[in-house]
This record gives sequence, structure tokens and C-alpha cells, in this order.
Amino acid sequence: MSEQTKAGATITVEIWRGREDGHFDSFSVPHEEKQTILDVVTYIQRRIDPTVSYRFACRIGMCGSCAMMVNGAPRWTCRTHASKVLKDGKIRLQPLRNLPVIKDLVTDMTVFFDKWQKAGGRFEPSQPGSQEFAEVSPESKERAAASAGIECIGCGVCYAACDVVAWNPDYLGPAQLNRAWTLVNDVRDADRKGHLAAVAVDAGCHACHSHQNCTRYCPKSLNPTASIAGLKRATMTAALKGDL
Amino acid sequence: MSGRIELWLYVAQRLSAMVLAPLVIVHIATIIYAIRDGLTAAEILGRTEGSILWAGFYGLFVAAAAVHGAIGLRTILREMTAWRGRSLDVAASAFCLMILVMGFRAVGAVT
Repeated sequence: MSEQTKAGATITVEIWRGREDGHFDSFSVPHEEKQTILDVVTYIQRRIDPTVSYRFACRIGMCGSCAMMVNGAPRWTCRTHASKVLKDGKIRLQPLRNLPVIKDLVTDMTVFFDKWQKAGGRFEPSQPGSQEFAEVSPESKERAAASAGIECIGCGVCYAACDVVAWNPDYLGPAQLNRAWTLVNDVRDADRKGHLAAVAVDAGCHACHSHQNCTRYCPKSLNPTASIAGLKRATMTAALKGDL
Repeated sequence: MSGRIELWLYVAQRLSAMVLAPLVIVHIATIIYAIRDGLTAAEILGRTEGSILWAGFYGLFVAAAAVHGAIGLRTILREMTAWRGRSLDVAASAFCLMILVMGFRAVGAVT
């Protein structure tokens, strides 16, 4: 047992309060073994200050709603152990970067999901109403590319980690482009050209600098940078063929 | 094409980079090789004047650098400042033209 998890040990937790303009409030929380960051915030809200606002739902890494900045890095807090991210016994929590703040640790995700639509993230069935299963070989190149990106839970961690979003708020974003890439590779989708056209725009896939912050912080270990590189290749090929 | 300006700029940026990469290597390697024992301006001009090879080499270099530099500068300005739109495109095109004119003048002067 480490020094920090001994009985009686406490964590100093600084939480952002307010909207864009605000301040940090400091709380002292008992440190327990295998305690997650979400546990820490829940302890504060239920035992110390009920006015602290944060968002969560599933608590098991499925819903993607509890993401926030932990000591400056975006993380899914329900699956992040406090002991892994403690710095000198302290944790600083802020709302996700690159999104408007509603209150405290809660961000307005509207722009994040609007961009999902803007990037052509809607599946267009090639056989609407069909009752038959589509046969897609698991070994096919398209299926492999789609499979690599489909486990996204829409938590917004990559969006918060992305410097291109910070520089250009119109940039579609890593999660959104990753979604588009899965549809481009979905052989059941009827509008490949439409998906490519949606991302080959100003502040689309070509604005990505391949910094790979999205890939580094993705809690599902996805690689949005690779997906975006795929979109760059696919749009370039389509354009050179005159299909775009 | 105008509706896909970012896409075509991306293509031009990558293609110009592919052209520049070997040219820069040859350029630097030539500098290192040529100045081993010291070199005067007269000696340089003696080798480059009248050379179609060097004129072609640096002509291509200037063209690729002008395209690559202008697109890169436009991107940096769009990300680091609030400057967007037509005026920025015109400014980036003017920068490209300036590099072309200055570059070809220099190539013309030594070959």
C-alpha cells in the first residue's frame, strides 16, 4: 500500500466552479484504494458541497458522459483511478477543453454532436427496409478499417485533446471524422461520395495536423488520427478521379 | 474545384513536399561537398552559368517552395490569427508570386 492510500490519507481536490469565468474551490477527500476520479467528485457532491455540478450515467466506461480534465489531461473519470493521476497528493478537475462550460464540470456538448451530423455521420442504408442480414466478410479491408473505429463512445476526450479544434473552432473534430471514416468503409452504406464530400470541406479532414493527441488520450484506445489519414487518402483519390 | 479548395491545397501541399524533399537533400549535400576546400563566388558562377541542369534544378526548387510556403503560411495564419477569407487567399497568392519572382530572378542571375 502506497503512502497515499494509507488509512487517514486525504486528497486535495481543486474543482472549477462557474462558467467560462470562475474559480477553483478546494476540497479535502479521504483517499481510498481503487477510488476513481468519479468517486472523488461524487463524494464531494454528496458529503461536502451539493452545489457541485458534474455529469455521469453508467459508471462503467460505456456512456461517455463523465469525461473531464484531470490535472490538465482529458480523461473518462469513471475508469480513472485517483492513485494513477495524483500529483503531490492533489487533483485539479476542470470541464472538458474546447467546449462551452454550462457550470462547474458540465460542458455544453451541442457543438460536438452537431459536428457529428455536419461530418456526415448518419448511416445511409443501401437497402432500406431489408430484413436480410448484410454479408460482410470480417477479413475484408473495409470491415477491418470500420471495426478499428466503431467502438467510439462519444465521450469528447479526443475533442478536448485536439489542438486543431483549439486553434480553429470550426474544425469538425477527431471523433466526428473517425465516425465518417467508419461509414466510408461500411459496404452497406449507400452514400460513400456524400460522406467524403462532407469531410472534404474547409476545416474538414485536411485541417488535421496528425499531432495524435486524440489517439494518445482516447480511453477506448482508438486511433482517430489514422481514420483521418484514411479520409485524406480517400478524398484525394476521389478528387483526382473526378468523383468529388 | 472551387468548392474543394482545401482538398486541392492539401494535394498541392503534399505534392510540392514530395518534390522538395529530394531537392533539399541534393541542395544541402552539394553545399557541404562544394565548400570543403573553400569556394568563391566566381567559382560557383563558373559551375552554374550556362548550366541547363542547375537552372532546371533550382527552377523546380523555386516553384515547389513558392507553392509549399504560401499554402503553409496561409494555414498558419488561419490557425494562429483571426484572418480568414478572400483577403487571406489573395495575400497568400501574392506571397507565392513574390517567391516565384524573387526565386526565378536569383536562378536567372546564376545560370
